[in-house]
Amino acid sequence: MKEIASAIQLIPLWYYIMLSSALFSIGLMGVLFRRNIIVILMCIELMFNSVNLLLTAFSAYHSDPAGQVFVFFIMIVAAAEVAVGLSIVVMMKRNVESVDINLLHRLKW
Amino acid sequence: MVETSSVLNLSWLVPAFPLAGFVIIGLGNKHLKNHIAGVIASTMTLLSFLMTCVLFFTFSSSGNQAVTQTLFSWISLGEMHISFAFLVDHLSLTMMLIITGVGTLIHVYSIGYMRADERFNTFFAQMNLFTFSMLLLVMAANYLLLFVGWEGVGLCSYLLIGFWYKNNSNNYAARKAFVMNRIGDLGFILGIILIFYTFKSVSFQEVFTKASAVQHGGTLITLITLLLLVGALGKSAQIPLYTWLPDAMAGPTPVSALIHAATMVTAGIYMIARSSILYNLAPLTLDIIIVIGLSTAILAALIGLKQNDIKKVLAYSTVSQLGYMFLALGLGAYSSAVFHVTTHAFFKALLFLGAGSIIHAMGGEQDIRQMGGLRKKMPITFYTFLVATFAISGIPPLSGFFSKDLILTQAYERSPLLFSVALFGAMLTCFYMFRLLFLVFFGEKRFVNLHVHESPKVMIIPLVILGVLSVIGGFLNIPALFGGKSEFTAYLKTSITSIELNGTSISTEWILIAFSLALVGAVIWGAWNNYVKKEHIPNADDQPMRLLPKLLYKRFYIDEAYSFLFEKPYNFLSGFFSEKIENNVLNPIIDGTGSITLRLGTYLRRLQQGNMSFYLFAMVAGILLFIVFILIV
Amino acid sequence: MTVLFYILSAIMIVSALFVVFSKNPINSVIYLIVCFIAMAGHYILLNAQFLAVVHIIVYTGAIMVLFLFVIMLLNLNKAIIPQKSRITRISAVITGGIFFLVLLAATRQTFEIHAKNTFASDIGLVSNVGKTLFRDFLLPFEISSVLFISSMVGAVMFGKKEATT
Repeated sequence: MKEIASAIQLIPLWYYIMLSSALFSIGLMGVLFRRNIIVILMCIELMFNSVNLLLTAFSAYHSDPAGQVFVFFIMIVAAAEVAVGLSIVVMMKRNVESVDINLLHRLKW
Repeated sequence: MVETSSVLNLSWLVPAFPLAGFVIIGLGNKHLKNHIAGVIASTMTLLSFLMTCVLFFTFSSSGNQAVTQTLFSWISLGEMHISFAFLVDHLSLTMMLIITGVGTLIHVYSIGYMRADERFNTFFAQMNLFTFSMLLLVMAANYLLLFVGWEGVGLCSYLLIGFWYKNNSNNYAARKAFVMNRIGDLGFILGIILIFYTFKSVSFQEVFTKASAVQHGGTLITLITLLLLVGALGKSAQIPLYTWLPDAMAGPTPVSALIHAATMVTAGIYMIARSSILYNLAPLTLDIIIVIGLSTAILAALIGLKQNDIKKVLAYSTVSQLGYMFLALGLGAYSSAVFHVTTHAFFKALLFLGAGSIIHAMGGEQDIRQMGGLRKKMPITFYTFLVATFAISGIPPLSGFFSKDLILTQAYERSPLLFSVALFGAMLTCFYMFRLLFLVFFGEKRFVNLHVHESPKVMIIPLVILGVLSVIGGFLNIPALFGGKSEFTAYLKTSITSIELNGTSISTEWILIAFSLALVGAVIWGAWNNYVKKEHIPNADDQPMRLLPKLLYKRFYIDEAYSFLFEKPYNFLSGFFSEKIENNVLNPIIDGTGSITLRLGTYLRRLQQGNMSFYLFAMVAGILLFIVFILIV
Repeated sequence: MTVLFYILSAIMIVSALFVVFSKNPINSVIYLIVCFIAMAGHYILLNAQFLAVVHIIVYTGAIMVLFLFVIMLLNLNKAIIPQKSRITRISAVITGGIFFLVLLAATRQTFEIHAKNTFASDIGLVSNVGKTLFRDFLLPFEISSVLFISSMVGAVMFGKKEATT
């Protein structure tokens, strides 16, 4: 434990900020890059996780447990969202016979 | 006896009657049948005439000189206060009597002349409107209201010249008249603006009282009078704006009689006479008026020598007589000019109505080469026409002699050269009028297959009345030479300030009169010789002519010159602007604006294709911009 | 200890990049699982023990398995989906890069921040997290059950075959 505490003191906060930003932008890039809905959903999960990491880092640096509880809630929401999202994907596969997002173009009306 | 002031307060009735006639006939255009409209119109002008007589007698009995009746305040804007006011004084009474008197006779005549026309009602509505505008013009108490009447008569002239609008050449003639009038009106408006600028008012009384403070012969007053003169040139058909009057003969003959002989064309002379105080301060303008008037008189008389259409001869005769009136104005003898207006109204209207009677009887024929020997078939027309011809030639004791002799004498006082040129013009007048008389009424009849008979009573009676007036009208102004007291000139002295000329000696006057009468006799004998004895008929149009007659016959090619100098470039410009600029520049700009909007829409439509990836991109871009915005600002 | 941080970060970023750029969706799933495991390591580094365990159980154990189920169910491993056009891909990469730069620029003032001297390093222990959860955040905890119910209902409803009419 003591080593962990000292380790935290050694790593400046902005390392975590940079890491989290990199992860977030990679996830963002993936959302814009891929055509498969399932992979897009996975990249969204990646973005969620980057936020989780950042929140945890801040909570550790401010000695505030509320940050970690918040991360807990984010995980709850992410799980529920994945459930619903994947069922939508199944429905899409049933209707359009593919999971290509470019085939969903009826949002103009 | 009714209160004098209350009678004078009713002066607004005089123009109100014709206006009411216009409104009644205009509203009931489709419903009035059986020539009732003609009776209504004539009654209205008759009522105006009676009211004018009442005013006249009230004036003479009460010794009033000028009465202003303000109806309402018209324009009130900063320093400018113009009211709708009538000024009744001796000058305007004279004009009002002429307009309503001769107007009534012509209205009655038209009931017979336009009997068979399908637009009978419209004709009388427009004639009444014209009478109203003309009365407004002469009764106005300020320049702006005069201008309203000025424009009104111009409009009615346009309407009435192009009355038979189905024929396109009538429309061109009407348009020509209106456009030339408009050119004059531009000068008039500028003159009014300058008057307002100089005198801070356009009302006659104020302008004339302040005029004494203006420098005599200065540039400002010369400019004002010149601009007003331009307006008068357009309205009274002088050089260079006279070519519309002969073309205006395309209208019905009563229109030519009323508008283009007796009243509208004299509006310019009235306006200059009214502004006599201003013109006395600008001797340069007066000299210009002399030159223009005299040259117009000679030019028109020369052209009239060779015309073969009965109405065209009379039209050029009108232009020529107007030139004489302008000559009188230029000499400073304003009252002589107004006197000549009066007598000219009588005999010219008579001439035109007689011509109308002939045309009516000949079934529309107007070429005098096709007439002849009408003396026996239409006696009353002949005798009245004869009286009018004597009057216009200046044969005593008819009215034309007194008025023309007055002008000639005053011209002699100015310079003998002027007198000789004016006398030459008078001789020309005499010659072409007698040529007309002889060719139409004398000799063997040159027409076939026409049953010619005298016109109905409703047309004859005005002829007779006008004939009587032509005979006795001169006695209004008998000069001292013959023992008279020149009542007319004295009457007008209260309204007009004439330039006093030193009287010539009595013997000189007698010599002048004898000389001119001798010449008149010689000319009449020459005309008789040529056209009756020798039976010389003018050639048909396709026969060759020598140079001088051809020049006269073709009216010195002035119409063609105007067409080349003004109409062609204007048409070219108009076509240029219409095709090149309108089609290639303006239309593309407007169409381009529309197409830009369309194209913008096409591009913007791609934002909402429903494409998921594009929406994602847009979201990210938006968030990016938002964060950057917050960072920077 | 800082070496551990760098190693875990490297693994995370590399696997994230592979998630994005690999062609087969199954490969993407595998790489994401690797990324999640590295993230759990980060949590342990920060002494957030409860979170690390929950992270592994929920994310790696449940969510990724769900992904795999769906992919296998729909036979998506056999489907070949064409990629987006070259311009779109390049602009996606550029957008991601710009976003990264913007975020860094927004947070550049944090470069000087260091940890506070006194801090409790045991806030990540289960008991402490539990205490905070059930004292201060009881209401959201209860409402999250409602959230689960609604998502279950939604998932079931979506999954039902429509009645042919």
